[in-house]
Amino acid sequence: MGKVVLVTGVARQLGGRFVRRIQREPDVDRVIGVDAMPPEHHLGGADFLRADIRHPTIGRLLAEHRVDTVVHMDVNGTPLGKRGSRATVKETNVIGTMQLLGACQKTPSVKRLVVKSSTNVYGSAPRDPAIFTETTPPKSLPSGGFAKDAVEVEGYVRGFARRRPDVAVCVLRFANILGPRADSPLTQYFGLPALPTVLGFDPRLQFVHEDDVIEVLRTAAGEPRRGTLNSGTFNIAGDGVLLLSQAARRLGRPTLPFFLPTVTWVGSALRSAGMTDFSPEQIRLLTHGRVVRTTQMRETLGFEPRYTTAGAFEDYARSRGPGLLPPATLARTVDRIAAALPAGRGQN
Amino acid sequence: MADAKVIPFGEEPRAKRKGKRVARARTDRTSALAPVGRVLTQAAPEPDTEAPTVPAQAGPAESGRGGAGSPERDGGGWDRKLAHGLSFLRRRITGEYEVDDFGYDQELTDQVVMSALRPLYEKYFRVEVKGVENIPEKGAALIVANHSGTLPVDGLMLQVAVHDHHPAGRHLRMLAADLVFVLPVVNEIARKLGHTLACAEDAQELLERGEVVGVMPEGFKGIGKPFSERYKLQRFGRGGFVQTALRAGAPIVPCSIVGAEEIYPMVGNSRTLARLLGIPYFPLTPTFPWLGPMGVVPLPTKWTIQFGEPIPTDGYPPEAADDPMLMFNLTDQVRETIQHTLYKLLVQRRSVFF
Repeated sequence: MGKVVLVTGVARQLGGRFVRRIQREPDVDRVIGVDAMPPEHHLGGADFLRADIRHPTIGRLLAEHRVDTVVHMDVNGTPLGKRGSRATVKETNVIGTMQLLGACQKTPSVKRLVVKSSTNVYGSAPRDPAIFTETTPPKSLPSGGFAKDAVEVEGYVRGFARRRPDVAVCVLRFANILGPRADSPLTQYFGLPALPTVLGFDPRLQFVHEDDVIEVLRTAAGEPRRGTLNSGTFNIAGDGVLLLSQAARRLGRPTLPFFLPTVTWVGSALRSAGMTDFSPEQIRLLTHGRVVRTTQMRETLGFEPRYTTAGAFEDYARSRGPGLLPPATLARTVDRIAAALPAGRGQN
Repeated sequence: MADAKVIPFGEEPRAKRKGKRVARARTDRTSALAPVGRVLTQAAPEPDTEAPTVPAQAGPAESGRGGAGSPERDGGGWDRKLAHGLSFLRRRITGEYEVDDFGYDQELTDQVVMSALRPLYEKYFRVEVKGVENIPEKGAALIVANHSGTLPVDGLMLQVAVHDHHPAGRHLRMLAADLVFVLPVVNEIARKLGHTLACAEDAQELLERGEVVGVMPEGFKGIGKPFSERYKLQRFGRGGFVQTALRAGAPIVPCSIVGAEEIYPMVGNSRTLARLLGIPYFPLTPTFPWLGPMGVVPLPTKWTIQFGEPIPTDGYPPEAADDPMLMFNLTDQVRETIQHTLYKLLVQRRSVFF
């Protein structure tokens, strides 16, 4: 008997891609995609059921289709489309997760639960250690926004894992997801013609490529390979770090440094203009940065990301086209100056 | 470890300590004020063991390790330097350089920051380095140093000392106070220099990666102590550094820095201003803040940095890191080694400025 996989949040790009990918797994019989609104992209051969996870109907769905694997991807920072508000997002994140977990608890067929979380749960503070491990407690708990949602979601998931010890629960904390198709506040930020930064701070950023996100979700949703364990909490990020200044240069976009207090005003101005979602936690990230340790991902989960942080960023940058100061042009200019010098030849 | 209990330092009440320490205090004061060549009588019987074996490794001006300033013999030196500078510029403006997980930008550190600090190190403070070979050629090590001087210049000089003098060209990764990472600009430079927050997690991580980690366990108590208490080591935190070294099995290299105490003689501390600004102390020196920006110029003291014999920690069983007794003993051993070396260096010193 093959597996029946239920995926939430399929109206988003990432959810849609995962549904299409998981169908190709040999041991998967059926994939059910669930979201409150119909997806604009196709879902391959998967069944789409329009259901809001905030309502108890989800429990009936689980029982009716004898679902054994639940992949909860409907934990998001931003509303889907232009119409949603932050309040709905929060409700879907928190109430939706509670409802879904309640339904899972009542459904004996559920054997595996995968939850998409975020490294936002660590917050971002100057007094934090430079590298977070899965067990590092945050120095300052995120006070609101998506980070707080993610913390609460993880809290409920832990409660569920205690009540249903027979279910394999896997929480994946993703670093900032980047890729040609990824759409997040950070990709919008990098899309600005000039990047506002915080004066005197150069945060360390870590990215994970969207292809790796799909792959690691698949690893977590399937049976563990020999010698690996795919239940527990894992940080998922590409190797290495990029400084924001470095990222801006590689992208070819000039930076606009602001004093920290003014950044908040600029952020809210940009937000109200609808140009980018510059939330306070975003500003904290762009001030202090965040780096996680991925040893658990490699050694316990047995997952090797294909893209490094720099690789994921490069792939993203390629999809966006050059900015105002394309690195290739700058490099050519320097080369030309170097070539004009007699000793410069053969050095570069 | 029995000989580690020779002189109890620190925790006794001040009045009592004063009585015991008259000779010592005089040593300090006289040596601080002494004209060149005046050697104290108490100094004579103290045998000097380490110093003569290490003839001052007075740094070759351009060790060439940085590469940026390696002097060229032929006339094309300038051109080549310019070309090198341009290729450096090319990498910087296109962002094609690497930083590690802690944000350490080795290229920037070697070629820009070290070059900027070197004149201060060589010409201004004329730092003399002894015993640099006590830092292992490879593998992790924890350098524990005294902290002084109102501003953490000693940490930077220690970094230059290891960078310029160590035969294997090792890079020192300093652990810095959390205040450093709160301040704009400062935190950015500190991260790029490879500094990180002084917490057990970061220290552990760096040691596990086989880095040479530098720590100044006195923290603000050491750097912000009044001038009258110079060269008296403060409490060494809670000995967390020993625990971390034990966990990683990394040797502890005690390090004594002489000269940093006098760069900004802190004669007063305005607690009100410090509280207002949210900083641990607000120094009042003979020149600061009275002379404005001029008051920030440090006094050109002559420095000596002495690295002591490494104290191995790999011989202990794994549970030793959780043994508070052992931890306190090792902490005291390290502390007393540094204090003894400080006194030894002080009596050898001819004057504060030469």
